[in-house]
Amino acid sequence: MCTPGLMAPKGAILFPFSGSGGLQMLLRVLWVSLLLLSAVATTGFARADSFEQGLEQLKSKDFSHIEQGIAAIASSQHANTELVLNLLLNGELYRLKKTDELVVVQGKQDKKLIIVNLFDDSGESAQTVSKRKIKKVRINNSIRASLKAALASLKLSSPDVEQRQQAVSQLMGKLTPELYQTLSQRLDIERDNSVQELIEVALAVTDLNSTDSDSAEQQTAVATLSDSLQPAARNALAQFVETTDDAILKSQASKGLRSIDEKRKWAGHAETLFFGLSLGSVLVLAAIGLAITFGVMGVINMAHGELIMLGAYTTYVVQLLMPDNIALSILVSIPAAFLVSAFVGILIERGVIRFLYGRPLETLLATFGISLILQQAVRSIFSPLNRSVATPEFMSGVIEINPVLSLTLNRLYIIAFCLIVFALLFMLLRYTRLGIEVRAVAQNRAMARAMGVRSEWVDAMTFGLGSGIAGVAGVALSQLTNVGPNLGQAYIIDSFMVVVFGGVGNLWGTLVAGLSLGVANKIMEPWAGAVLAKILVLVFIILFIQKRPRGLFPQKGRSAEG
Amino acid sequence: MTTHPQMYEGIFNKSTIRFLAVLIVVALAVPLLNALDSSNPLHVTTYTMTLMGKYLCYALLAVAVDLVWGYLGILSLGHAAFFALGGYAMGMYLMRQIGDRGVYGDPLLPDFMVFLNWQELPWFWHGFDQFWFAALMIVLVPGLLAFVFGWLAFRSRVTGVYLSIITQALTYALLLAFFRNEMGFGGNNGLTDFKDILGFDLQSDATRMALYVASAVALGLGYIACRMIVTSRLGRVAVAIRDAEARTRFIGYKVENVKLFIFVVSAVLAGVAGALYVPQVGIINPSEFSPLNSIELVVWVALGGRATLYGAVVGAVAVNYAKTYLTAAMPEIWLFSLGAMFVLVTLFLPKGVMGILQRERPDNDDSDGNNLDNGNDLDNSGVKA
Amino acid sequence: MNLKKLMLAAAIAGSMSAGSVMADEDTIKVGVLHSLSGTMAISETTLKDTMLMLIDEQNKKGGLLGKKLEAVVVDPASNWPLFAEKARELIEKKDVDAVFGCWTSVSRKSVLPVFEELDSLLFYPVQYEGEESSKNVFYTGAAPNQQAIPAVDYLMDQGVKRWVLAGTDYVYPRTTNKILEAYLKAKGVPESDIMINYTPFGHSDWQSIVSDIKKFGSKGKKTAVVSTINGDANVPFYKELGNQGISADEIPVVAFSVGEEELSGIDTKPLVGHLAAWNYFMSVESDVNDEFIEAWHAFIKDEDRVTNDPMEAHYIGFNMWVEAVKKAGTTDPSVVGDALIGVAVPNLTGGYSAMMPNHHITKPVLIGEIQDDGQFETVWKTSGLVPGDAWSDFLPGSKDLISDWRAPLSCGNYNVKTSKCSGQNY
Repeated sequence: MCTPGLMAPKGAILFPFSGSGGLQMLLRVLWVSLLLLSAVATTGFARADSFEQGLEQLKSKDFSHIEQGIAAIASSQHANTELVLNLLLNGELYRLKKTDELVVVQGKQDKKLIIVNLFDDSGESAQTVSKRKIKKVRINNSIRASLKAALASLKLSSPDVEQRQQAVSQLMGKLTPELYQTLSQRLDIERDNSVQELIEVALAVTDLNSTDSDSAEQQTAVATLSDSLQPAARNALAQFVETTDDAILKSQASKGLRSIDEKRKWAGHAETLFFGLSLGSVLVLAAIGLAITFGVMGVINMAHGELIMLGAYTTYVVQLLMPDNIALSILVSIPAAFLVSAFVGILIERGVIRFLYGRPLETLLATFGISLILQQAVRSIFSPLNRSVATPEFMSGVIEINPVLSLTLNRLYIIAFCLIVFALLFMLLRYTRLGIEVRAVAQNRAMARAMGVRSEWVDAMTFGLGSGIAGVAGVALSQLTNVGPNLGQAYIIDSFMVVVFGGVGNLWGTLVAGLSLGVANKIMEPWAGAVLAKILVLVFIILFIQKRPRGLFPQKGRSAEG
Repeated sequence: MTTHPQMYEGIFNKSTIRFLAVLIVVALAVPLLNALDSSNPLHVTTYTMTLMGKYLCYALLAVAVDLVWGYLGILSLGHAAFFALGGYAMGMYLMRQIGDRGVYGDPLLPDFMVFLNWQELPWFWHGFDQFWFAALMIVLVPGLLAFVFGWLAFRSRVTGVYLSIITQALTYALLLAFFRNEMGFGGNNGLTDFKDILGFDLQSDATRMALYVASAVALGLGYIACRMIVTSRLGRVAVAIRDAEARTRFIGYKVENVKLFIFVVSAVLAGVAGALYVPQVGIINPSEFSPLNSIELVVWVALGGRATLYGAVVGAVAVNYAKTYLTAAMPEIWLFSLGAMFVLVTLFLPKGVMGILQRERPDNDDSDGNNLDNGNDLDNSGVKA
Repeated sequence: MNLKKLMLAAAIAGSMSAGSVMADEDTIKVGVLHSLSGTMAISETTLKDTMLMLIDEQNKKGGLLGKKLEAVVVDPASNWPLFAEKARELIEKKDVDAVFGCWTSVSRKSVLPVFEELDSLLFYPVQYEGEESSKNVFYTGAAPNQQAIPAVDYLMDQGVKRWVLAGTDYVYPRTTNKILEAYLKAKGVPESDIMINYTPFGHSDWQSIVSDIKKFGSKGKKTAVVSTINGDANVPFYKELGNQGISADEIPVVAFSVGEEELSGIDTKPLVGHLAAWNYFMSVESDVNDEFIEAWHAFIKDEDRVTNDPMEAHYIGFNMWVEAVKKAGTTDPSVVGDALIGVAVPNLTGGYSAMMPNHHITKPVLIGEIQDDGQFETVWKTSGLVPGDAWSDFLPGSKDLISDWRAPLSCGNYNVKTSKCSGQNY
């Protein structure tokens, strides 16, 4: 009840938030005046006391004391209740060890922290202390859960629809009689449909398995719940089916359960497809650079994985350079990683690979050596430990399609990113002069040279392009997995599989192969387990190559073997 | 195989005789020096002897790879799989030899099965208490896998990188499979804590000596077998396939059969190498299947020099010695040296280390041939049919 | 001729370098057998540095028995057969008196026969599956009863009714989960409330599994995940947990292989409240810990480096070895091995840890919650020390086994039912 104004906080506890009806309004005014007349002197102070006492208890080292303290603060209806609870939940409330005062951290200076006393808005009490002088007010998971519940009941009347939705979802299935009361009153004044529905479900969940409900109430509850995909709704129905004696209601509830399960099944399929596509797009990203260096140029580039790794490390370094703007750093990383990996790629090409054209197998040997060197170089420069790359705000979170199907945002971005990279690369090879030259050299080096193509330059550019794309893949992978010296090795084998399965030298093949292997893997995973699914995919590739010895999209014509 | 009378000179040509002479000296000298009193300055420690025994196994494996890569043009990136399978067959025999001396004292089940609550021995573990059966499996399992795999792949005319990558897929799949604890091969820990072989204590110097000599003999015999193959008519056909597969086929040779035969022989040699390797290092586990191991194998051969057989031996010994030395001498940065070695050898010694020494060898003048993608248009049209 | 020369040269070089030990008789040599390259380098390099620091400090205190200590570092490169080779090299060639090393179970299994054959000492600092007690190995990391079982007890206390046991498919998670499954069932948890899941090493795509966990946890009963997921697979796992919005107060994850070092590679903000069970946290408040952290920062020259549980295990193990050598008056491994039993040294949580006759040590068990700064906040602690149990009471194969390396019994796996001691290698 954080409506601003004098009376809201006071009226609230005695008379749970009321509606807009005239009678209620009248009653409320009555209550408030009563309070003002008599109770305020005593209970008001008592509440202020309980707030103060609660704060005092927060200083304890014992979780049970802290929990009592939080209960006291939550029920105190003090103006600062929400503030304190939020600070606690976010772990931002500290205790100054020396004076035992509650403080919050305001900022950093050098390696020290600037702290001010709790509720000191003026900043008079600001002082600078070292990290070890203050101690966080400890909370654990059960405290965290009760904090969330307490905050949720405060947020029920928030002006923000999303906050109200969250609050109701948070309380779903955990309704105390008081909260039930509050919610049903809220339902009368709630204007937003989605919140209304949520509240109805929340109330029905309680109604259904409550001993107080009569069969009419239960029947409505069953009907309400049968339409909801909330997990709590399904659980309530399942519990009801097991316990009820009423045959008619039971069959209705079972029917509802079946329809929910049917919907959940479809949601499950959609989810699997999404997982498969997102795994597939990771594979495509990792492999597509190889499709250029290996597929177009015929270089068996064992250092491809390490070029991906360099891209991931570039992301890390860029983030170090701009720690205050994670979102921007990711966007900057994309071109930066491209340039770094492309540069290293061109170095490799100019320094080693160009001496080995016509001896492609030897490129395997040399690039294997290079991959060892790059790995060790990263280990020496950045230490063998994994580096932490933060996920920007805009990439975290989910898009909730319905309560049983939500798509994670970062995966969506990566699928989109993969498609963009593919499209750009495809157009580059198709429509630019460089692309035409690359293809010409790949098809017939001698002829291309005769036509005036600077094949050496094209080789360097092609290898740089493939390597740069590997670096870009590294940016994407830094959002999903470890940024460490072993990052490259984890993807090199899969990348080769994808390129070969798709057909060497064919970009479309790489795209289709990557996505379909990803989806196949995810379809098999639920029943075969992650390990067996992977083995089956490998066996499938082996058998598939028997049927089509040149991959999904074989190259045609004279260049096919080249 | 048919060997032409005149070919005998070919089998035991100069380099082979030299190689065998060195091998015999090494095979005899090391155990003799090991038997010397430890205060003697010429004494070779058991550590060194087992280490060299390990190198000899690697050398045999490298010879097997060279046989298919150097002479047949098949770049197998999965040969470590055959090595590991041979090793597992031996490991299973050694596990059964432990009997009731495991920590749980179970007369039948290996320790790892006891603590994972296996009730009975899986069917594929039966028979491995007999050495002859294990020995048969050491040859049969890698051989059979190579046969089935090769039969499928060669008949479908899978060649070049496609073949390389599916051999890699094969060993990768086996790696994942052997990691699974449900498979009954000890999962990630693999098989270890062996006690004795054929009744001899594995930790005694005499047994180690015997294993060392056995490895040397196996390498010698394997080498001679490979020489016999490459100098025979079959070997000539193999080289022809390497250089122009379609042409060889059109002349009327059964290309698939030649490939299959040599591939299987190579797999068996790799299996034997693995079987000798396991009792000397004392552990076999799935990481031996790792695709990177297979790539490293190819690197040994390339480093020593392809299509010479002895080049493979030199490559295997040199790289592994370098590893042993560097991991102790410069543990923090040894990968730089190893990586640089690979790069430099490729750039400056295109025929491998042995390339410097082999001006006299006639049959590998084309060893830097681009077999992986030899421009072979006819072959390609055959595929599409 | 050339060829022959080369081969001979190689052979001679091999035997030469093998034969010539650069023996410096004035130092006591301590072997450090941790991978500095390959997949395990990420965890093990820190332990190598820890050992160098401890040896350095001991030398500053005047060394041991009047001699300086010398660290002999080798790189087994995360390659298990190479571990055995390097162990033999350290003991036979470099003449070390004790070895501190190994991380994975398989590396320990690989070197175990070498240590038993050559009768040297190995200090193994990592939590492991138990089911082993070797005469020559001292286990300073946690056994399952010093980590897994207390963690489950704590969660039960917090009202958890449904359990997901998720692990990487290798022996430590398998055994731990077997033990936990038996333990949970003994506590009355029905089979349908336990979900077990195994993934391969380095598994990086956790979408389906995390989604399954979410579904499993939405059945109305309080659910927790007990994670024995190893090393590299943790980062993508936790990232996926964060992505799919599984918060610690809904479905807490308690991990046994995730410490400060692993967290330093993750953005921990979405993970606040997830748990780990260890015997030490960097955040523990004690004077010895403050000193240790200070010394570590000074040694590694980086104020941001964290400390973790296996480092504490090496700290304890090394000090125990030093004490035992002082007690025995010699560095002879067979004498020191006996002297080690009963030695008690301070641990970093402010108490003492003692080496027990089964070669495991006593330790407190702490449960910590992940904080947004990558540290753990201790939320629960055993009241006393928990002695490590080599043989689990919850596995049918091992419940009758005990380990006692003191004189009359001198057996690592004595079966109390059959009164037999089987399978010793020495």
